[in-house]
Amino acid sequence: MIPELGHFAIIIALLLAVTQAVLPLVGAQRGNLTLMAVARPAAQGQFVFLIIAYACLVYSFLVNDFTVENVARNSFSQLPEVYRITASWGSHEGSLLVWVLMLAFWGAAVSVFSRHLPDDMVARVIGVMGLISIGFIAFMLFTSNPFERLIPAPPDGRDMNPLLQDWGMIIHPPMLYMGYVGFAVAFAFAIAALLSGRLDAAWARWSRPWTTVAWAFLTLGIVLGSWWAYRELGWGGWWFWDPTENASFMPWLAGTALIHSLAVSEKRGAFKAWTVLLALTTFSLSLLGTFLVRSGVLSSVHAFATDPARGAFILGFLAVVIGGSLILYAWRAPKMITGGAFSWFSREAMLLANNVILLAAMGSVLLGTLYPLLMDALGMGKISVGPPYFNAVFVPLMAPALFLLGVGPLMRWKGDSLPDIATRLKWALAVAVVTGFALPFTLEGFNPWASLGFFLAIWIILTVLIGFRERLKHGARLSSLPRGFWGMQLAHFGLAWGIAGMTLVANYEQEKDVRMNVGEHTTLAGYTFTFKGTTEHDGPNYRAARGTVEVSRDGKLLRTLHPEKRIYNASGMPMTEAAVDYSLTSDIYVSLGEPLDDEAKAWAVRVYHKPFINWMWFGATLMILGGFLAASDRRYRIAVKKLEAPAGSQGAAA
Amino acid sequence: MKRWIPLILFAVLVGFFAKGLFLNPREVPSPFIGKPAPAFTLPVVGAAEQTFSPEEMKGKVWLLNVWAPWCVACRQEHPLLMSLARDRDVAIVGLNWKDKDREAARLLAQHGNPYVAVPDDLSGKAGIDYGVTGTPETYVIDKSGLIQMKHVGPITPEIWEKKFEPKLKELGA
Repeated sequence: MIPELGHFAIIIALLLAVTQAVLPLVGAQRGNLTLMAVARPAAQGQFVFLIIAYACLVYSFLVNDFTVENVARNSFSQLPEVYRITASWGSHEGSLLVWVLMLAFWGAAVSVFSRHLPDDMVARVIGVMGLISIGFIAFMLFTSNPFERLIPAPPDGRDMNPLLQDWGMIIHPPMLYMGYVGFAVAFAFAIAALLSGRLDAAWARWSRPWTTVAWAFLTLGIVLGSWWAYRELGWGGWWFWDPTENASFMPWLAGTALIHSLAVSEKRGAFKAWTVLLALTTFSLSLLGTFLVRSGVLSSVHAFATDPARGAFILGFLAVVIGGSLILYAWRAPKMITGGAFSWFSREAMLLANNVILLAAMGSVLLGTLYPLLMDALGMGKISVGPPYFNAVFVPLMAPALFLLGVGPLMRWKGDSLPDIATRLKWALAVAVVTGFALPFTLEGFNPWASLGFFLAIWIILTVLIGFRERLKHGARLSSLPRGFWGMQLAHFGLAWGIAGMTLVANYEQEKDVRMNVGEHTTLAGYTFTFKGTTEHDGPNYRAARGTVEVSRDGKLLRTLHPEKRIYNASGMPMTEAAVDYSLTSDIYVSLGEPLDDEAKAWAVRVYHKPFINWMWFGATLMILGGFLAASDRRYRIAVKKLEAPAGSQGAAA
Repeated sequence: MKRWIPLILFAVLVGFFAKGLFLNPREVPSPFIGKPAPAFTLPVVGAAEQTFSPEEMKGKVWLLNVWAPWCVACRQEHPLLMSLARDRDVAIVGLNWKDKDREAARLLAQHGNPYVAVPDDLSGKAGIDYGVTGTPETYVIDKSGLIQMKHVGPITPEIWEKKFEPKLKELGA
């Protein structure tokens, strides 16, 4: 009964999405206010019905209703309750429902926070989001119904993928989807602007907070995913250039370019056509990511169950949405007037350079991700593209962008003078070069890659400080600086901190793969690891061999770690559960490999020393906070009042 | 013209994706195709004094099915293997891979045994010689002992009809 209610709620949501798409768009084209007014209630109604549907799905998981195929495939009676809830988005069908729920959430949010926008703009934006909803809800209903019944019901479920039974996975997918789908708002604004022909600074200002918030969510989602991979995959790595990761990284790169380019379009009215194209590209990459992950065209370690019918549907949808928007762009873009001339040495030029580099980096990731597919389609054999390609291409591309990141925010709009900038920045540059070069010598000796990383991190941090100092020198007080400025500084500082962490962990991590008998020890990075053997341990839905490894330094016991090798009851899947000792300056990471010898109780044990890896997560957290801070800038709210004021005075006059 | 560039690039991508939908990225060509099946001599499940080695199958077209009692997907294909052994008289050897819990004999007694022999690869070494990446995997080996085909994942009736049957016919089984 409950699953049918959920199914029915999705159907109503689809009908509301159709209403939300058709009536307001027609109304906006004809200037019919009644039709345009349908937009808000339809968007909110769609959101309500998807909440109902989602609640029904969670309920089915909670009560272990194995007559629902989705539950039978992805849950298990012994699965702890919290994972039964998260199992609702662990499957393809369930995650699709979360996806449309998020989309409806953003639609409802636009309907609430858009009082200051002209009616036709709101109608168009919400209408376009309705169109996207239609596609996804139809996809769900026709190819991947999360409430499909399975009769007769199996006695028990097949269990959730053990890899996903981790609390990092509880919030990773919803955050990632919030980001992915959030770019739909920027996309809808761009389409609305193209449709109405009103591509002005106001459009850029309206898009900015939405885009920045979506970007912050996407960043959060990616970081959680990376952190999960680090803890859960047992290999101690945090980024694998896997197609699924790339699928989220490409919209992130394009989205980063977009928030910078929107800044120029708002402040200077320059390169608007480029900004619109970026907004279309960013969301298109989100859709592309969905297609790549779910259609099975690429082989990935954590892809969903794949099905060519689904792939064909998403591809068709992709072709309509992206193709349609690019046709609209080609048709309308030439009519856009580009304002605001600027010299090659100006803040605009720096931001343009940053944009070009970010997109080139995105393109290189896209090429690396799709290359196996292209080769295969051309009949040129099966190949796989791995980290060596990505590291070789990506790092040299990003280094100049990071250098410019230091200069850009300190430059004046329209044009600046090179000698002037040089005087303002010469000390920062000198300090960054010297310390960057010298730091590796205090660690392990000359290392150009580490030097480059340190140089960039120090350079960005110093320029952030200079940015504050110059503002204060011109009479501003810290408390009076706008949140947009704080957000930018915080995000840039966080990036620098993260780069420092990445540099340290990439260049100075140590690992060892050893065979250990009970009582034996090994040393790494000054720490001594003593293996005390394993004991049997029963979890709620798995059996585990739990190892005991004592970590000591200079004869003093620091910490006892318990890495586990688990066998999950329902799937029989083995899982490595690493044990990590986290600290501000380094992580000590121990994972159990294979039992080597039953008699002697020897195991293959992997130990890692990861210096400063936590700095990456801290830095990323600051970037996310910076994004939210910038999106909450007063400017976006003042704009509301300015627009409302004339309306009020008119009322008084009348 | 410039404004049409994004659309053209996208159209090219869509073309590739459409093609890609009909390709299988997991279908990795095995370097063992056309090579002699690696030799091994292993004890047989349920009869520890007997051994099995691929030599014994010379002159026959046979399947080497790598399976394990702990492997859920293997259970999916088990009924199909049963019907193949019973109705089509296909010779299937079931390499019991890394069966640490010693469950194979019990399982085969309970659900039926489609295999002409079940060599017991406890250490997993024979499987590795064949380039096994996971269970189940099935190799088609011809009369002269050369590996002619490899299939990764469970065999479904559809896959059997499309992939295995023509190959077996070609090899004169």
